[in-house]
Amino acid sequence: MCLAVPGRVLSITEADGVPMAEVDFGGVRKEVCLQYVPDVRVGEYVIVHVGFAIQQLDEESARQTLANFERMGILEEEFGEVPRRVQ
Amino acid sequence: MKYLDEFSDPALAARLVEQIHAATTRPWAMMEVCGGQTHSIIRHGIDQLLPDGVEMIHGPGCPVCVTPLEVIDKALAIAARPGVIFCSFGDMLRVPGSGQDLFGVKSAGGDVRVVYSPMDALKLARENPDRQVVFFGIGFETTAPANAMTVHQARRLGLTNFSLLVSHVLVPPAIAAIMESPRCRVQAFLAAGHVCSVMGTREYPPLAEKYGVPIVVTGFEPLDILEGIRQTVTLLEAGRAEVRNAYPRAVRDEGNPAAMAMLRDVFEVTDRTWRGIGEIPGSGWRLSPRYREFDAELRFDVGGLHTAESPLCRSGEVLQGLLKPHECAAFGKQCTPRTPLGATMVSSEGACAAYYAYRLVTHS
Repeated sequence: MCLAVPGRVLSITEADGVPMAEVDFGGVRKEVCLQYVPDVRVGEYVIVHVGFAIQQLDEESARQTLANFERMGILEEEFGEVPRRVQ
Repeated sequence: MKYLDEFSDPALAARLVEQIHAATTRPWAMMEVCGGQTHSIIRHGIDQLLPDGVEMIHGPGCPVCVTPLEVIDKALAIAARPGVIFCSFGDMLRVPGSGQDLFGVKSAGGDVRVVYSPMDALKLARENPDRQVVFFGIGFETTAPANAMTVHQARRLGLTNFSLLVSHVLVPPAIAAIMESPRCRVQAFLAAGHVCSVMGTREYPPLAEKYGVPIVVTGFEPLDILEGIRQTVTLLEAGRAEVRNAYPRAVRDEGNPAAMAMLRDVFEVTDRTWRGIGEIPGSGWRLSPRYREFDAELRFDVGGLHTAESPLCRSGEVLQGLLKPHECAAFGKQCTPRTPLGATMVSSEGACAAYYAYRLVTHS
């Protein structure tokens, strides 16, 4: 549960007054709360922990980390799903 | 060199290892605080790539491991109540309480559910207005903002059937407690990267100065850890008790101000007992008086429980860096991931589980 995974923001909505996003983690898509990164935009990368974005991240770092996690099987461990691809 | 071909960039890993060897003139003992880092170090054999005498001491940074038995027993008691939906992260389900674990409660008919995010628990509360939904709020500074937001949102939505069983712990007081121990051998710390993503780095310079130890904020991918060790050895050799950030892509000095503001609104600092270690002053959060109505301990009267640790389990010494997992007589015998005696064997981020998964062959 300690893991924080980078992902790309696909779309941003609001639910009950809270900014929410669909985020792509190398092929696995999850709903993520953006309350703590209010300035993030669609297409940008965030570090996500237990469904909450805790920091923004540059694209190159995010892609490298996702590739490492995919190689080590960490995405599957974290989400219980096999990623379709790594971006 | 053994293991290096497993790194994502073996050439860079080899360079970092060479630089660490070149910089080292004498033995050093450094503690990685984060359980995710421990897992990565053992999985990739990072400790075995280091110069002789440079020792990685595994720290208490696994929230599942340090959640006190008394709180686990309270969770079990609440989860067994009729009308309760008890929600937790998956790795809490197998943590043994005095008698059983949450899986046992589930098998006996309790409604225990694994969620990915505390927001999922909030959703369950809205969908089940006739049931009490309780979320097990454990974790370090990285996890606490998510749980804080959930309570804040429960208040905004007027939910009266949602509560939090809180057992949050804080890293800086734990570093101080480790350094205050008369048996302490730690000369430097690799600080947990994602804790600092939330809280920033500003709490660390006073600790580095007071205890004369370098503190290097470090990520948990293998190359991040090698870079953290390289910077730590360099500071140790130069005799500089300073703070460095070896994980700048995810950590800003100021942390995440929005998350910190929510934490200060929902929680207040309290003394907290760490499983296997004991009470550390000011080392945890509880709900502030403004949010006390969401405290599961108050909503469900679960005081006065009798707790009993296994007399064979030495996870407390492992958590304080006083004992390596394989040095425990029960390791791999009475205590395995399928039959854990203590939490450091249960959690995949626990030091004992990491040694069992990657070192059993060489140490048993």
